[in-house]
Amino acid sequence: MLEVEALTTDYGAIRALDGVSLEVSAGTVTAVLGANGAGKTTLLRTISGLARPAGGRVRLEGAEITGRPVEEIVRRGLAHVPEGRGVIAELTTEENLRLGGLWRGREAAPLDEMYDLFPRLAERRNQPASRLSGGERQMLSIARALISRPKALLLDEPSLGLAPVLVAQIMALLRRLADTLALAVLLVEQNARSALSIADRGVVLNLGRVVADQEPDQLQADERLRHAYLGF
Amino acid sequence: MTKFIDLTLNGISTGAIYAAVALALVLIWRATRIVNFAQGGMLMLTTFIASAVINSTGSYVAGFLVALASGLLLGALVEVILIRRVEQAPPLNAVIVALGLLVLLQATAGMIWGNTPRSFPAAFSIRGYRVGGTRLLFAPNDTFILLAVIAVALSLAILFRATSLGLRMRAAAFQPEVARLLGVRVGRMFTLGWALAAVVGSLAGVLVAPSVFVGPNNFDPILIFGFTAAVLGGLDSPLGAVVGGLALGLVLSYVSGYEGSSMVTLAALAVLIVVLMGRPTGLFPAARERRV
Repeated sequence: MLEVEALTTDYGAIRALDGVSLEVSAGTVTAVLGANGAGKTTLLRTISGLARPAGGRVRLEGAEITGRPVEEIVRRGLAHVPEGRGVIAELTTEENLRLGGLWRGREAAPLDEMYDLFPRLAERRNQPASRLSGGERQMLSIARALISRPKALLLDEPSLGLAPVLVAQIMALLRRLADTLALAVLLVEQNARSALSIADRGVVLNLGRVVADQEPDQLQADERLRHAYLGF
Repeated sequence: MTKFIDLTLNGISTGAIYAAVALALVLIWRATRIVNFAQGGMLMLTTFIASAVINSTGSYVAGFLVALASGLLLGALVEVILIRRVEQAPPLNAVIVALGLLVLLQATAGMIWGNTPRSFPAAFSIRGYRVGGTRLLFAPNDTFILLAVIAVALSLAILFRATSLGLRMRAAAFQPEVARLLGVRVGRMFTLGWALAAVVGSLAGVLVAPSVFVGPNNFDPILIFGFTAAVLGGLDSPLGAVVGGLALGLVLSYVSGYEGSSMVTLAALAVLIVVLMGRPTGLFPAARERRV
């Protein structure tokens, strides 16, 4: 579904991403792990068009989307939940949610479907998003991505700042979404253990390069990798 | 007492025009975080165009509509040709570009139409309503001014609050990057924001022209008053712009009536300084995000 091939991105003089390749099939979750500054966020930003690649390719459903404008990539079915959740604080919960489906018009998922998935959001539909808790914001930004019925979903540190119970819920939800909607999920996480618990594949980045691309069990069994890059 | 009523009515009428200019500034500030110092020049140009149309066709309505339409076009062109290049740059770049545009517009208008101010017709009679034997300082044309500004403010409120286009425009203004990730064509929203702002500015130009006359530099004070009104209202709030405009209109009308019209500009600048020192966020500050 989503193929990344030798992707390279520079931030000024710094090479943030250096020839990264990976693949996410429909209905699977790929976790991208690594320390701060490993290039995880840059990887997502380059895939979704927010950052310009210096080289390499990105393909979505076989069609090349490298370096295309964000708005066009989104319209091809790629949703990106940015770091820090990206909820628009000045809008209400429902306005945030509606916004996600506008470009889809009538083919967007009905609001009620999202409210069924996240009943907490229904209770807060008319409140400004600035009043939501961290967990609620995370649910809102995921719902806002799902409402456009994407084929691939990128998430940047959805567990950041959330209580362990919530992290577990979010991870379980992502797994369920991949299974039921055949979504291709690319999950960037610092919380390696949680991410690997639901992933089909684990990719470890260090200084912009892929240092491991394995099944979660193998990754977790590799003590050297775990200590060096995953912190557990 | 009659004087007080007169000054109040007059203040509401001029305040409505300041409110329109303030709205134009606020729309652009919200969309692109730029204070459009060229607004005075843009509405000057469209009012000149309206004046030319009225002179050649004899129809006020034609001139009025052409002013609004040319405002729409001018606002969009300015954004696409000039502002787009400085949107990502430091704020000072945009200020300099706007000031440069102002000078360019004023010079161009001077070359085409000359520097001698010309009169501009009012839409309706400017003879005040007669109430119980006295004539009020409020004429049918003031009613028109008030209704026109209210209509524009309400249309904008409906656009922003009740339509999906308005939702997209707000999202693009608040968080352009997130908006793009949600498929909003942010560049188009900015162009539209500038175009709408210029329409509102053009309206203010046509409404104020009968009292200030049309000349390359005749609209400079209106920009100062509109800017003061916008700051008073909080720069980020369209409602604040309207309230700020009316409040400033009233204050300046009283100053003019009781202290003399030479004090008006001074009073406006005093209001601006007091607001910036005492309450820099204005009467209607933008909602602050709760940090979690």
